[in-house]
Amino acid sequence: MSDTMLAPPPAPEATLLDSNELVINMGPQHPSTHGVLRVILKLDGETVLGAECVIGYLHRGVEKIAENRTYQQFAPYVDRMDYVAAVSNGLGYCMAVEKLLDVEIPDRARAVRVILAEINRISSHLLWLGTHALDIGAITPVFLCFREREEALKIFEKYCGARLTTHAFRIGGLQYETYDTFEKDCLTFCGLMGEKLKEYHDLLTGNRIWVNRTKGIGILNAADCKDYGVTGPVLRASGEEWDIRRAQPYCGYEKYDFDIPTAKNGDTFDRYMVRMEEIVQSCRIIRQAVEDIPAGPIKGKVGKVIKPPPGEAYVSVEAPKGELGYYVVSDGSLNPYRVRVRPPSFVNLGALDKMCRGSLVADVVAIIGTIDIVLGEVDR
Amino acid sequence: MSDEIKPGEGAPKTAKPTADAKAKPVTKKAVKKPAIMETMPWEDPLVDALKVRFGEKISLYGTYRGQDFVEADVKAVYKIIEFLRNEETFDYLVDLTAVHWPKKEKPFEIVWILYSFDKNTRVRVKASVGSGGKAPSVTTLYNAANWAEREVYDMFGVEFENHPDLKRILMPDEWEGFPLLKEYDIIRQDEDWVRENLKIESAQ
Amino acid sequence: MEEFLSNPYLQSIVATLLIIALFPLIAGYMVLAERKILADLQVRLGPMRVGPYGALQPLADALKLMLKEDIIPSGADKWVFWMAPVLSTFTALSAFAVLPLSDKFYVADVNIGILFILAMSSIGALGLILGGWSSNSKYSLMGSLRAAAQMVSYEVPLSFAAVTGIMCAGTLSMQGIVQAQYERGVWGAFDNYLLMLIPTVLFIIAGTAETNRAPFDLPEAESEIVAGFHTEYSGFRFALYFLAEYAAIFVISGICVTLFFGGWLRPFPNVGFLETPLSVGLPVVLFGVIALACLRGATRQIVAGFKLGMFGLAVVALLLAALFYIPTVNPLIIGLFWFLAKVAVLVYMFIWYRGTFPRFRYDQLMDVGWKWLIPVSLAGLIINSVAQMLARS
Repeated sequence: MSDTMLAPPPAPEATLLDSNELVINMGPQHPSTHGVLRVILKLDGETVLGAECVIGYLHRGVEKIAENRTYQQFAPYVDRMDYVAAVSNGLGYCMAVEKLLDVEIPDRARAVRVILAEINRISSHLLWLGTHALDIGAITPVFLCFREREEALKIFEKYCGARLTTHAFRIGGLQYETYDTFEKDCLTFCGLMGEKLKEYHDLLTGNRIWVNRTKGIGILNAADCKDYGVTGPVLRASGEEWDIRRAQPYCGYEKYDFDIPTAKNGDTFDRYMVRMEEIVQSCRIIRQAVEDIPAGPIKGKVGKVIKPPPGEAYVSVEAPKGELGYYVVSDGSLNPYRVRVRPPSFVNLGALDKMCRGSLVADVVAIIGTIDIVLGEVDR
Repeated sequence: MSDEIKPGEGAPKTAKPTADAKAKPVTKKAVKKPAIMETMPWEDPLVDALKVRFGEKISLYGTYRGQDFVEADVKAVYKIIEFLRNEETFDYLVDLTAVHWPKKEKPFEIVWILYSFDKNTRVRVKASVGSGGKAPSVTTLYNAANWAEREVYDMFGVEFENHPDLKRILMPDEWEGFPLLKEYDIIRQDEDWVRENLKIESAQ
Repeated sequence: MEEFLSNPYLQSIVATLLIIALFPLIAGYMVLAERKILADLQVRLGPMRVGPYGALQPLADALKLMLKEDIIPSGADKWVFWMAPVLSTFTALSAFAVLPLSDKFYVADVNIGILFILAMSSIGALGLILGGWSSNSKYSLMGSLRAAAQMVSYEVPLSFAAVTGIMCAGTLSMQGIVQAQYERGVWGAFDNYLLMLIPTVLFIIAGTAETNRAPFDLPEAESEIVAGFHTEYSGFRFALYFLAEYAAIFVISGICVTLFFGGWLRPFPNVGFLETPLSVGLPVVLFGVIALACLRGATRQIVAGFKLGMFGLAVVALLLAALFYIPTVNPLIIGLFWFLAKVAVLVYMFIWYRGTFPRFRYDQLMDVGWKWLIPVSLAGLIINSVAQMLARS
């Protein structure tokens, strides 16, 4: 076990004898660590002997804040963790509190939640694709991805007024009824994604350099994924067909017909293909959800003051990055007694060292990109 | 009636009386609710297997809101998790965290959330640790526990035995104090550290 | 005065001064062109603020780089740190000495011209290595190591491809190479039953690697090693590296044009009836269209100064069109026109790669270099020598 950690960097007066090992400090300010992640790399030439993550530069004490806010007051904070998939965060938190309250959410609210969460999944994957390609040196896809992501954000903006940290849901259902052209906008967006995905495939999938840079890089097999607790597209790319939307459906996901994309090798290319396919599947879900979106109320029977009985609940949702769980403990007061977030980025990042060993420096940035981390969520 | 709906101990000081008045009709039900978790007994073949194997080391088999958990003696926790992992296919450590109950005799409740891909079920193992006590590390069973245990140590100061490298993970290495303890006020900080490293008087 | 004008060195000195004085400006506008073309590939506008359509951006950038604080890292080897970018720029610019911009405009026609250029570009690698090493930074060191390995590896196929071109022309003199293509009536790239296309393609690939451009930009791979060998450079020294990089692109494109694309010759140099449409018609129409585009752009500008600037550009373009129309001036400048037009196409390709390809990895780069380019370039040399013997016997 102790080999997962690095020896401390050599003292400055290192002699020639240990000069074949180079300790390099990647981050916290580095173009491709996706934020303030610091990775200490031990190198032999360009080969990585080990990597240690130093995190916490963005630690804001979200779990402490939760204990000092009421249940509703804390809801907007969760959007600030994984800010590129704020809707999923809000969904997970609201569902956890609803579990504690034991309330039933109306069907209409559930359908709208599914639609928004899936749009958010697409926008999160788009951001991932752009930055991942940028890490590997393709500078164009990021702009194309942002162009499409803009359309997704416009839907959020029209729905709730915010683009990034949406706070779209409330405990018990929704705050807002959908706007007039909501359904049409969602369908247009799905159609647009169908077209534009071809462009991304043209730019990257068939590109020999892209394939060489991603195939066989950062392999993590299914057993290792489970061992490290890695979930989401990374797990699915290793061949395990597991998705919380299918395994333990929530929000009515059992009603929708969709596939769980998987791949065999568990390398960077497979994860890329899995995420690309997930965009297609998300579009499928959105289409189905929009087509038979039920009429009715948008909020369940939840009072203005939320005061769950003493108890605890762990609820997890399939966020774009993996299993996002909320473990909420209530002592019967207005404030949550304890909110524990199980962030997928944080857990997935734990496998970085395992994935990096033996690869080259250029692969490290590809692997950091393929894990799809958001430092706001890693550090909380 | 109006006495009973006043916010309890944990309520924020900022709660205004007007908010109470408004909340009156909604919180009526809350009055009837008990002060402890309403736990239902958990019945499952797994429970029987655990009972045979561990007997009185597991003090409670409960289920709350459809979520199953066991409360166990901290000394037996490693064996229980090992049993669940190796023989009952709970091969995925979803999360490992802690809850601080300062008034209890053993204030730190450590929670292991396990998931079985084969059975598609989740189970929580809970064990309490007294202040200064140590919990067993499960890093030998799950690599995922490595960072999670470091985080629990970082936030609560609970140490894990046999952890390969137990050090702070989110807070700075030299930080004094454990932020998620209940007595650690939200605006409290390690002033020496802030002054020394950030060259400012306060980070608030 | 008479004596002064007939001084044999006069033309060389004037040309040298012109290149040194003008090239920083040209490099600046190459950067602007790169930014604009990339922006076009990436559905955005690029620089639009400084001057009409960002036309003055290079000047603003240059000014900014000059005024920046000159930082030398505390652990750096000061003299080497100071000298490295100078060395890079010096070698890149000195390669211009033998580059035949046209039959009239060149610094010197040396009988070993191409050897001189290859030698200079090899020394240029030293500038990168020293710069990275002297910075006392690990990222810089990695960048310079990558630069060293890459430039050594890719010089071999580059030289083989160049040798094939030289063999086809039968001379080392740059003017002589162009002249040989004129005499054979075909561009080097299409000689020997089109077999010369092999070294042409190889030369472009190896040239991209030699100038550290994407997808071979590992020495300065931003997403991996921050900025590679020039991580610690700022201000004017950084500008010198920048200048050297763009000078190198220009030179490599220039050699490629000279060896394989007929240098300053127009397309189909021996077909008489194309003389008027290609040498007079095309440039006149081209500059006329540019003038019209400038006029149209002028109507869209709101700021009065920008409007005037666009009108000015239109007038300049019209004047150029007129120059090409004057029979006595046309022969003097038409060579330069064709040379620069061809170089511009190649430079566009360089930028196009950058907008399209991901970056190679270090070991893949070496694989491509040693396992593919070198054998293929050798094979190209042999095949072409056989073909040439058959064709010309």
